[in-house]
Amino acid sequence: MIKRVAVIGGGIAGMEAAGLLASRGYDVLLVEKEQDLGGNVAKWDRLFPSKTPASDIVNKIKLGLSPSIKVLTNRTVTRMIRNNDNFALLLSDETLEKVDAILVTTGFQVFDALRKEEYGYGIYDNVITSVDLERMFASKKVLCKNGKEPKCVAFIHCVGSRDEKVNNHYCSRVCCITAVKQAIEMKELYPTADVYCFYMDLRMFGRYYEDFYHDAQAKYSVSFVRGRLSEAGETHDNKIVLKAEDTLIGKPLKVTVDMLVLMTGMESPDTTENLSACLELEQGNDRFITPADPYIHNNCTHRRGIFVAGACTAPKNIPETLADARSAVVAIEDYLFTYTD
Amino acid sequence: MIVDGKRKIWKDYQKEIPDDHYFYVRSCIRQNFFPASEVMFLKIMRDELACDIYENEYHTTCSGIGYHCDVVPMETTMTVIARQFALMTEAGYKNYAASCITSFGLYSEVIETWRHFPDLLKKIRKNLKEATGREFEIPEYLSHASDIIYKVRHDIAAKGKYRLINRFTGRPLKVVEHVGCHYSKMFPHKGIGGAEYPYVLAGMIEAWGGEVVDYPERRHCCGFGFRQYFIKANRGYSIANTHKKFESMEPFKPDMIITNCPGCPYFLDRWQYAIAEMEGKTYGEDGHGIPVFTYEEVASIVLGYNPWDMGLQVHQVAVEPLLNKIGISYNPEEKYKGFNNEDMGHPEKPVNLKTY
Amino acid sequence: MINFGYNINKSSRIDLDKDLNIAKKIVKIEPSFRTCIGCGCCTSTCSANNFTVFNLRKIQLQINRGELQSIRKEVEKCMLCGKCQMICPRGINTRNIILAIFKVID
Repeated sequence: MIKRVAVIGGGIAGMEAAGLLASRGYDVLLVEKEQDLGGNVAKWDRLFPSKTPASDIVNKIKLGLSPSIKVLTNRTVTRMIRNNDNFALLLSDETLEKVDAILVTTGFQVFDALRKEEYGYGIYDNVITSVDLERMFASKKVLCKNGKEPKCVAFIHCVGSRDEKVNNHYCSRVCCITAVKQAIEMKELYPTADVYCFYMDLRMFGRYYEDFYHDAQAKYSVSFVRGRLSEAGETHDNKIVLKAEDTLIGKPLKVTVDMLVLMTGMESPDTTENLSACLELEQGNDRFITPADPYIHNNCTHRRGIFVAGACTAPKNIPETLADARSAVVAIEDYLFTYTD
Repeated sequence: MIVDGKRKIWKDYQKEIPDDHYFYVRSCIRQNFFPASEVMFLKIMRDELACDIYENEYHTTCSGIGYHCDVVPMETTMTVIARQFALMTEAGYKNYAASCITSFGLYSEVIETWRHFPDLLKKIRKNLKEATGREFEIPEYLSHASDIIYKVRHDIAAKGKYRLINRFTGRPLKVVEHVGCHYSKMFPHKGIGGAEYPYVLAGMIEAWGGEVVDYPERRHCCGFGFRQYFIKANRGYSIANTHKKFESMEPFKPDMIITNCPGCPYFLDRWQYAIAEMEGKTYGEDGHGIPVFTYEEVASIVLGYNPWDMGLQVHQVAVEPLLNKIGISYNPEEKYKGFNNEDMGHPEKPVNLKTY
Repeated sequence: MINFGYNINKSSRIDLDKDLNIAKKIVKIEPSFRTCIGCGCCTSTCSANNFTVFNLRKIQLQINRGELQSIRKEVEKCMLCGKCQMICPRGINTRNIILAIFKVID
């Protein structure tokens, strides 16, 4: 009998795993809470460090989805009933789906910048997030609220990451390199603009990331200031005044910018709590889902037959997410091969 | 500025403010700086709004100034505060209203400390009993007097004779609000609107017809800072902070400033004189300063009280330009007349800061 | 003007809104001027720094932030030995930077 696998979450991890499971002969159900597949990556313009359009990657992964996969969008899982090694999943539209294994690929949500009140997001016109800026890049219109080109732009790293005040102690990892990418793109658009990056540490962990950072400094003359933004205020002509410390000089610093970009980090989605309760999964103190162990069984959970992949277990970049999705497929295949119903 | 964004944040910081029956404690210094503000508060609450606000002549300082100058230890402060609470308890009240921001902050801090350290509360109860024979209950509701005026702001607007509108242009007056540091910076959830964008004074400005000015150094301290001012050698820091605020608000051309702290209006008012006389710089129109008010004074202006009855003549920065803008009639001859029309004498005129 | 016995203290903060042209001119002459990562290798190996207060890492940072008060006097301490250039992990042309600073500041 053909085994059936439910993949919960239709971002890049879910799509990659669903495609591979289907091509290996499994019957696959892909559940997505939003209207379209693609998750967070589909909302991005270009990717670091190659500047490849995000849509290229999403579309390539989508090509791997065979028509045999049952895709259910606008739906979430509300209840799970386990019967030995079989699961019945109750979906938000009251339908019931029977499966043999479950893969959770619910990814991340972007930190809500409104929670950093002192940065003025949602209050000052020219304070935007990295997500907003991607949207601007995609629409080829990167302008201040008054329609003018920005002459001075600041990027603030670690917004919603490494911050006790918002209960996110961890590093979201990709914001540093995203800031470098967006700073370069800003300079490509406006070569005479002054562009500042306010960072705590620069975490350039991936291949070519450091080169990208070097380019930002040497080719594009982006200024990197070590120090965290303490507060932003608005001038009478809608510019943003920043207060920070240059911690390498050891003095407070003031700069007035036309546009402030907040590098919002990754959070475990708000829906994780409900999903974890219904699938009996464990969440860490960072609210991401905890796998069975972080090294060898990193795609397994503490519950037999339930697997995890992608950013639902920790902030990950795209190659890591896709590799994790593929390794989850192997783990699921191993599992389904060994049990008989 | 996106006002809807602020409203969203303001919604997150709500506070329960009782309608009536308050035990009211005055500030140590306000009666000297802005002598009629507390009287006007009592008048508005009692005469205009028929509320029960009780005062007791036996209350003392909360010891906040000494505490913040590092000369009064915490336990002493707590026992002094316990005595104030005992007076409230004896008078049969459960709602406590503080006129002073630093007192309000200190009461909040002490009550919160007791909540975390019940043994300390026990000890303070014992201290008070041994020292005075008194016993006390912790207030059920702690409000700053500006919370209460905030709560009745629409009633004041409805009864008001004037609005914060420039009668020559028909435009709302541009009002800078300055909230005392100790109001909500320590406990954002104990202040209306939180600590980043407090709504307590902004709500009054809106209700009374004005427009709130949000300038980059809005959150910055007025410059008082206790030790920074009290010790003359530090005074340059005090005035530098005030100077920074004025430089930041200047491009917005504010018509007036409203405050809710004892020290802030004093320093924002008097330092304008000192800056003008030290460096020749003034921030208002035609060599004037920007008039600075307490919220009780602004409420009284809206309600149509005589400016000289609410003590506006002791302000350093002349208030007349603002009174003229609103269209308030006043008799310049009466400005320096005290009780029984007796002449109080005229202050010396500054050289650089224009006065009336 | 009245002397009250105290002055309005001057702000000690860095103001990036002021003219940062000196830094921009140096970048034009030597683009690697912006690529410092603040590791401090140059300073630790510097012959001058071991005997006087001379810190190349700090000097480049101060120029980039427009803090120019003591720069002229500071750079004179450099003996152009080139040890910093040998050690710099980012390959910054430090000698050219010192020369560029002289050119631009004078």
